[in-house]
Amino acid sequence: MTDQTIPTMGADTSSTVATPAGEPILEVDNLRMYFPIKSGGLIRRTVGHVQAVDGVSFQVPVGGALGLVGESGCGKSTTGRVITRLYKPTGGAIRFDGRDIGNLKPRALKPFRRDIQMIFQDPYTSLNPRHTVGSIIGAPLAIHNLVPKKQILSRVQELLEVVGLNPEHYNRYPHEFSGGQRQRIGIARALTLQPKLLVADEPVSALDVSIQAQVVNLLQDIQREFGVAFLFIAHDLAVVRHFCPEIAVMYLGKIVEIGERDRIYRHANHPYTQALLSAVPDVKQAAIGGRRERIRLEGDVPSPINPPSGCRFRTRCPLAQEICARQEPPLLQIGPRHKVACHFAGELGQHPFKPVTARLLGVDDQGNPDPGAGPPTELFTQPGFADTWFDIKGRSSVEP
Amino acid sequence: MWAYIVRRCAVGLALLLALTLVTFALFFASPVDPARFACGKNCSEQQRDQARKALGYDKPVYEQWGNFVKGVVVGRDFPADPELRAAAPEVVTHCEAPCLGYSHLNARTVNELVKDAAPVSISLAVVALVMWLIGGVLFGILAAVTKGSFMDRGIVGLTLVAYAFPTFFIAVFFLKYLAVKWQVMPYPAYTSIEEGGIAAWMLNLLMPSFTLALVFMAGYVRMTRAFVLESMTEDYIRTARAKGLQGRKVLFKHGLRAALTPLVTMVGLDFAALLAGAIITESVFAYPGLGLLTVQASAAYDLPTIIGVVILAGSFVILANIIVDISYAFIDPRVRLG
Amino acid sequence: MEAFLTVDDLKVHFPTVDGVVKATDGLSFGLARGKTLGIVGESGSGKSVSSSAILGLHRGTNAVVSGEIRLDGNNLLALSDEEMRMRRGKEVAMIFQDPLSSLHPYFTIGNQIAEAYLVHHKVSKSAARTRVVEMLDRVGIPQADRRLNDYPHQFSGGMRQRAMIAMALINDPSLVIADEPTTALDVTVQAQILDLLQDLQRDFNTAIILITHDLGVVAEMADDVLVMYAGRAVEYGPCKEILTHPEMPYTWGLLSSAPDLTASTSGRLLPIPGTPPSLLNPPSGCPFHPRCTHRDKVPGDLCRTTLPELLPGHHREDHTKRCHLADPDTVFRTEILPNLAPELVEESS
Repeated sequence: MTDQTIPTMGADTSSTVATPAGEPILEVDNLRMYFPIKSGGLIRRTVGHVQAVDGVSFQVPVGGALGLVGESGCGKSTTGRVITRLYKPTGGAIRFDGRDIGNLKPRALKPFRRDIQMIFQDPYTSLNPRHTVGSIIGAPLAIHNLVPKKQILSRVQELLEVVGLNPEHYNRYPHEFSGGQRQRIGIARALTLQPKLLVADEPVSALDVSIQAQVVNLLQDIQREFGVAFLFIAHDLAVVRHFCPEIAVMYLGKIVEIGERDRIYRHANHPYTQALLSAVPDVKQAAIGGRRERIRLEGDVPSPINPPSGCRFRTRCPLAQEICARQEPPLLQIGPRHKVACHFAGELGQHPFKPVTARLLGVDDQGNPDPGAGPPTELFTQPGFADTWFDIKGRSSVEP
Repeated sequence: MWAYIVRRCAVGLALLLALTLVTFALFFASPVDPARFACGKNCSEQQRDQARKALGYDKPVYEQWGNFVKGVVVGRDFPADPELRAAAPEVVTHCEAPCLGYSHLNARTVNELVKDAAPVSISLAVVALVMWLIGGVLFGILAAVTKGSFMDRGIVGLTLVAYAFPTFFIAVFFLKYLAVKWQVMPYPAYTSIEEGGIAAWMLNLLMPSFTLALVFMAGYVRMTRAFVLESMTEDYIRTARAKGLQGRKVLFKHGLRAALTPLVTMVGLDFAALLAGAIITESVFAYPGLGLLTVQASAAYDLPTIIGVVILAGSFVILANIIVDISYAFIDPRVRLG
Repeated sequence: MEAFLTVDDLKVHFPTVDGVVKATDGLSFGLARGKTLGIVGESGSGKSVSSSAILGLHRGTNAVVSGEIRLDGNNLLALSDEEMRMRRGKEVAMIFQDPLSSLHPYFTIGNQIAEAYLVHHKVSKSAARTRVVEMLDRVGIPQADRRLNDYPHQFSGGMRQRAMIAMALINDPSLVIADEPTTALDVTVQAQILDLLQDLQRDFNTAIILITHDLGVVAEMADDVLVMYAGRAVEYGPCKEILTHPEMPYTWGLLSSAPDLTASTSGRLLPIPGTPPSLLNPPSGCPFHPRCTHRDKVPGDLCRTTLPELLPGHHREDHTKRCHLADPDTVFRTEILPNLAPELVEESS
């Protein structure tokens, strides 16, 4: 009843959206989100901050999709919430359609709220059980006064049809639907205002495997049909890989690696990305040739209140050396569309013995300031990608 | 922890202050003229003004409020006339801090009135609390563990009956049948422990306290039942059973610990409210507690007494709230260790 | 391979006002010591209900449990409640999905694990404590002698699950039921926990029933796989065999619908159409037939009218499936495999 309602379009999406042509719909520049921690004392002073998101930069192309992956507590959901302006960012810029919405007042934000919508994880708690599906989907129309009252119903029915639900069911309540159908309702609600960007926060992780695929397909159809851009936040690496031509991997509030799908999944250069990928159980591998070698990460993710100095991953990193504690690795562009933040960046098994970043930072191989090394190189720190990059094997700048 | 307690107390004090202000404002906003009440029916304009002045009602509200707050902090004299005090100290009544006011009607300080009435209300409340807690929790657990059975339905049905009958009806019913008609109980009249010993105190309290406890008990049976049923569906109960723990250990150690925690809040607030007097019960049984005092003061528009009792009741509730919050820290490690 | 756990025609029915919910309806399987059985299925397929029945957790509820569960020769369903309780946690232990809600928030980790030991052993509290420290140490909790005084909320998700595993294994049970033990955890933590379970299984020679919806986890952990749908086994056999030569369209659907890390990303995912069936009014005949895209290949109305038997498949006797398809192997090779793993098509033809 569900998957067949939308005609399959033969076109290969990945190739059409992967082209980085034109201005991005969303550009996040050095975004920071700190949550204050209050002391327990008589006067509640702020004694520290949870550095949930700490200097994150990326772009989402018009009609494209960027995947944000990482484990719980890495700040990916917070990033999504800041972009939808559920929180006010501590610092940095959120440029939507060229305009910074990071510091706008609620009133000035209202037109942007229409253009950026969110799809939530839990289809059971994110729909008000006392409202009919029709009023849930139609509410945004009424709030923004976009459509005359009489036409709301027909628009709602149209949307129900788009997401593969029976348009006659607009009068039912959320509890009369299954989990997958509820997620479709959530998607219809997000589509009501014809947004330009959808922030999907774990949109399929609460669903059964067979239903997940239905919803992922629906989201792809929507992207194609309406040209909506996606920020796709999920912990499931396989789903993100399927959906997004470009992926950013986060760890403890920072992006550790960002790049095109193939660069991340086949040529990961960051040890965390590599560990993450090797931890995913793989049916095919196990079925035919036993399991792959797993990179074991010891211990737990450190607290974002007091993150480790230098590289935040160093406490669990199999490659960590002195420089990792002293210097924070820059997010270095190492390919046409591939950036990585690691002193020892390299593909699995080919990590260099000496830090590739030392000379760029103007330090010696242990991370100490090195007067002989010359001044630090000016690095490209903008969101998106530059035309030149740093070749880690040849240790020099490369132009295409 | 200490900082937390101090902070809570500070907030409580601020709340109390606000409460006195609101109480004052409310009373002076009412169209009734307290001076006329004090002065009596045949009262000339002049006499009324005199009475108003004597009572201190001629001053602006904020000044009266200021005097009241000052009285609470350092005590005050009635009437507050230094010359009179020097000349004839015997006509001036000194009210020690925390002074709640002076009832001209009774010609006593509110503190004295409260001091007489409070033990009655406290006795009633304490005995009722013990009754309703024991009865409520016990029958609540019983109903929960026998859910769906005849026993469960019977208990739940009885709570409905207890809810349905108004307190004054139950009180009158007990009086008429137990005390008057069948004479199985003495006609209750408050006897303090000093007067008649614990036995007499208790015996006289049984009937009014039970009347008072009945409706609370009904509520607590239902709450306990609901909380126990809910906690027994928790995942950690399944874990406890999967360990092979005996059924009663699962219920009493794992289930009740979590189920009864929310009751602490309810008990604290209900008890605090009762301390300030059970108006209906005290009226029917003619128990001279704070409730009866409030009723009499309201009828006579005895403003100082009313304000005094309201402030007292408010402070009970605020104090109970603080105690409840602090006790949570001891019950729940997630609160204590954050 | 001597099965020391055999489940025979297990039924768990819940009478409700609307009718009987047949959560498990005639389930049979066996498991040898030291081996792992993966039970796979979607929510509502009856996988958790069935394993709770092995532990006797339905006793005292209105569930009607019938059939036979033999553990080491004893029929667990015939035991008295007290006899069953003595085995619970001692011979059969369970690990649950969400370690935070499965641990009591008001008691320390040490207290809760010691309780599991003390209920089955007559030893002093300090002896139990020593044993708890030993177990916590064994499951990889650093500074176990200090951390056992912590409360569950002070542990991370992975540590909590380690503590749950310590609790389950403290009495050296011969059977451990792990109900979605890693679903609530991150992938790197999941990998740690799965490794730990395998280590412990080797050391203690424990049999494990691993309940999961993740075929990847099953593929890495299980010796045998049982695929459940609507309260019934629809495919059962050795893990590798099931994953390489599945013969039941539902298993195909599970394999095809989940994206993996190597598949082509240009196409669409191939979901199983429709939604899982209601257990109150399950479909007639084969419960999967309303969602099955291969039912046209079966002549007549068979799929709609007749429930297929669980019969041996085409490759091996110990691989059974419940399906009317005459030649599932060919369908799999020609229609399913090219989408699933095109790189394997040439090898197998």
